[in-house]
Amino acid sequence: MAALGSPLGTLRALLRELRCASGGAGRSYRDTPAYRHIASAFRAHRVTSEKLCRARQELHFQAATYLCLLRSVREHAALHQEYHGRGERSPEEVAGLVGFRLPQQPGGKG
Amino acid sequence: PAERKRFYQNVSISQGEGGFEINLDHRKLKTPQAKLFTVPSEALAVAVATEWDSQKDTIKFYTMHLTTLCNTALDNPTQRNKTQLIRAAVKFLETDTVCYRVEEPAALAELQKNEWDPVVAWAEERYNVVIGSSTSILGPNIPASTKETFVSHLASYNMWALQGIEYVITQLKSLILSMGLIDRHITVEKAVLLSRLEEEYQIQRWGSVEWAHDYDLCELRARAAAGTLFVHLCSESSTVKHKLLQD
Repeated sequence: MAALGSPLGTLRALLRELRCASGGAGRSYRDTPAYRHIASAFRAHRVTSEKLCRARQELHFQAATYLCLLRSVREHAALHQEYHGRGERSPEEVAGLVGFRLPQQPGGKG
Repeated sequence: PAERKRFYQNVSISQGEGGFEINLDHRKLKTPQAKLFTVPSEALAVAVATEWDSQKDTIKFYTMHLTTLCNTALDNPTQRNKTQLIRAAVKFLETDTVCYRVEEPAALAELQKNEWDPVVAWAEERYNVVIGSSTSILGPNIPASTKETFVSHLASYNMWALQGIEYVITQLKSLILSMGLIDRHITVEKAVLLSRLEEEYQIQRWGSVEWAHDYDLCELRARAAAGTLFVHLCSESSTVKHKLLQD
């Protein structure tokens, strides 16, 4: 069985990620379908009993996987923004790097 | 285009004939091939909606892995049927990362043995097969019976789940690690670590370059997590609309 840590820890981290991800116009993250779905799933499995144990483990694994997805996407996007977000240099900038200037061609390229 | 401006205010889910649909304001989301975007699982629809709602000023398609997986399942751009998908998946076993060992440097060989032997052993026990590992450039010699067992096992998954499984295998370069994830034996973080064992070894020795190493690590984690979640959400019989998943 995968080493998952505590379900409560996973849930808290997951809700934190949802809060970060909320991009919609001023709405609280609690209003989102994702929050409602996750909260109700965890609530439904709160009762500990032998029969439900496997379902709880499956839910916890799913929550941990979703947490990993949200967290990794956020971190990847942040790295992309920081290191790869500036796009390519323009031809003028490239020429400038080696001390050249592009010629003026008022009639357009030959 | 890699990015375009967010053009919608509200993202919502509705239930149609074929399954759950995503609405961007009043528009229904479509696939790249202009089919209606319908998913068989409500939980999956919620997660896709969340991807769309998380976009801020611009839509970063490269972060929307679940949407991409659904589009692939709906459009099937590579036009593969179930048999072909399964064959592609099982073929990976011949060059499975965790079976392909080095002899040098000794420290890496030792690390591979300590980290990979247990997961190979788990797969052999769980599926009652012989896999083994090899230092030969040709890779391990996988018995036909082992391949048949995996073919048979994968056939029990529906077409959507199979797209997800094949995706995870392609990302991790390992059938065994992917089954480890699908069977909930290891976490995504662990699977990715094992998949990138040699990189991690080199990083320990030479240091990490954030804009390359961490970037790749996060991307692989995101893709493996998305694929795994996709497989599980498409396989749950309680929440899935079977009509959509007919093979």
